Amino acid sequence: MSVELRGLRKNYGRAAALDDVSLTIRDGEFLALLGPSGSGKTTLLRTLAGLEFADSGEVIINGQPMHGVPARERGIGFVFQHYALFRHMTVARNVAFGLEVLPRGRRPAASAIRSRVQDLLDLMEIGNLGGRYPEQISGGQRQRVALARALAIEPRVLLLDEPFGALDAKVRKSLRVWLRQLHDRMGLTSIFVTHDQAEAMEMADRIAVLRGGRIVQVDAPETLYAEPVDSFVHEFMGESEKLQCSVIDGLAVIEGLPDAAFATDCPKGPAIALIRPHEVEVLPGPGPVRVESVHGNGPIRRLRLMLAGQMLEVLKPEDAWLPVAGETCNVDLARARIYPVERAAR
Amino acid sequence: MSEAFSQGLPVATRERPATRLVLTLFTVVLLVLFLLLPLAVVFTEALSHGLGNIWDSLTDPEAITSIELTLLVAAISVPLNSVCGVAAAWCIGRFQFPGRSLLITLIELPFSVSPVISGLVWVLLFGANGWFGPMLDRAGLRIIFAVPGLVLATVLVTFPFVARTLIPLMQEQGASEEEAAITLGAGFWQMFWRVTLPNIRWGLLYGVLLCNARAMGEFGAVAVVSGHIRGQTMTMPLQVEALFNDYDWVGAFTIAGLLSLLALVTLAVKAALEYRIGERSGALL
Repeated sequence: MSVELRGLRKNYGRAAALDDVSLTIRDGEFLALLGPSGSGKTTLLRTLAGLEFADSGEVIINGQPMHGVPARERGIGFVFQHYALFRHMTVARNVAFGLEVLPRGRRPAASAIRSRVQDLLDLMEIGNLGGRYPEQISGGQRQRVALARALAIEPRVLLLDEPFGALDAKVRKSLRVWLRQLHDRMGLTSIFVTHDQAEAMEMADRIAVLRGGRIVQVDAPETLYAEPVDSFVHEFMGESEKLQCSVIDGLAVIEGLPDAAFATDCPKGPAIALIRPHEVEVLPGPGPVRVESVHGNGPIRRLRLMLAGQMLEVLKPEDAWLPVAGETCNVDLARARIYPVERAAR
Repeated sequence: MSEAFSQGLPVATRERPATRLVLTLFTVVLLVLFLLLPLAVVFTEALSHGLGNIWDSLTDPEAITSIELTLLVAAISVPLNSVCGVAAAWCIGRFQFPGRSLLITLIELPFSVSPVISGLVWVLLFGANGWFGPMLDRAGLRIIFAVPGLVLATVLVTFPFVARTLIPLMQEQGASEEEAAITLGAGFWQMFWRVTLPNIRWGLLYGVLLCNARAMGEFGAVAVVSGHIRGQTMTMPLQVEALFNDYDWVGAFTIAGLLSLLALVTLAVKAALEYRIGERSGALL
């Protein structure tokens, strides 16, 4: 099922939780809503589910406008951040809930519900936990119960709010792969909220980066990493080294490297150059760059360089040419991206 | 390492054995003097003239009326306050709205106001010289010095118990389970019966018990609206006072004993509940 958001706005008092959010999620897509806390990603997810209402704008699911359609009739599977399992029901009753509350005419027979629940639990690889209570199982298992419960109603769209937030790193990693496979196998359309860019990069077909209630960029993970539209996205998507520079006549010159200039469409004036640590080329000196230290003994070396009073961290494979601490060298920053200096803090 | 420390006591309780003994004794003496002794007096006084007298006191028509009336008042006000309490707690625990904290204060008002005033307001509203008095008079309805007045006074005094027990509980539990129920297709009442109510059931029962204890034992507010019409508007606490003023010691202490027994049963049920809740380590609360 495709999901379309058109010009969603929502204010909490004066603060904008959603600021003109428009986004189309394709049928079968796995989309991540990525952003720091307070960026509006959970509000967006809850608005989609009908748990909150936008002040203006439209949610359209499979061509149907959702205006006036209550949450219970949207047929959306929602996995809550802390799972929100019904604490007084067994795992099996939790999963059966969505079927048991169906109106009599559409409700399957008790035996059919039972076998359906068992199938779902088996699919989640927790077939033996049906008789337990939520407090008697681990976090990863609860996550699977929450998923089974959401999937029991055969949702058109699956929404997940920080699905791995409460799990430890190891469980998280295995669940990521498993969830992505589940999505593909069941042909779901899934939207999940996370503040962890690595998680988003690993799982999603596309990532929508949110900031201050706005969608800043929507792209495939590789594109987002390689071509961030602004310095916020650049820094959010991965390790970024920042250098001051200035733009004159469409050319950016980094402080301390007067000979190198990069074409840019940034307006004249101060700007910043951002580059990922592995994108910096280090060349034999003598040059304007002082080598402070060379660290690490794995396949990757971490170099700390000093350029005109600015620290620059560089990652190099061990078999590359490496300078020695204390000497000077040259750097090639051709892969740096130039962005205008941000006006406000947010 | 001191002896107390080796017993695994936290630092704050590492007092000298003598100090601990004195403190414990003091507490025990206080308990006996102020809690157990009065209770013992009630029962021994009631029993002092033999079981026959107790039977006579209990089967006295006035006594029977007072017992029936007390049960009736409790039977109306406790369910009413339970329903209103759950509704109020749900609104307050789930929604942010203007006037929310004012509502919380209002709910707690009967706790801070003297019960006499809680009775008096009804007299001022519905009494013969009250705002609506003449109107009711013409319609031939009696509220003050009649059962409706007793119920009104009791409802007002006992209103906070259920709501006050549930508000913090519902706030702590949060709305996410209810939201989950809604996204799974449940309607409001399905959500309420299957998710909301089971989650608050122990807290609710606890609040209902407290409410019931107070409803049966309330004196001040009820005294104002009752008019002390013997055999008609005397609840058990009022009957105890009346008998006492008649120097009918056995009668007074018999009714008092019965009232105390009801209170003890309530306490026992409450203790059993707390034990059960503790055993479940709050999982069901």
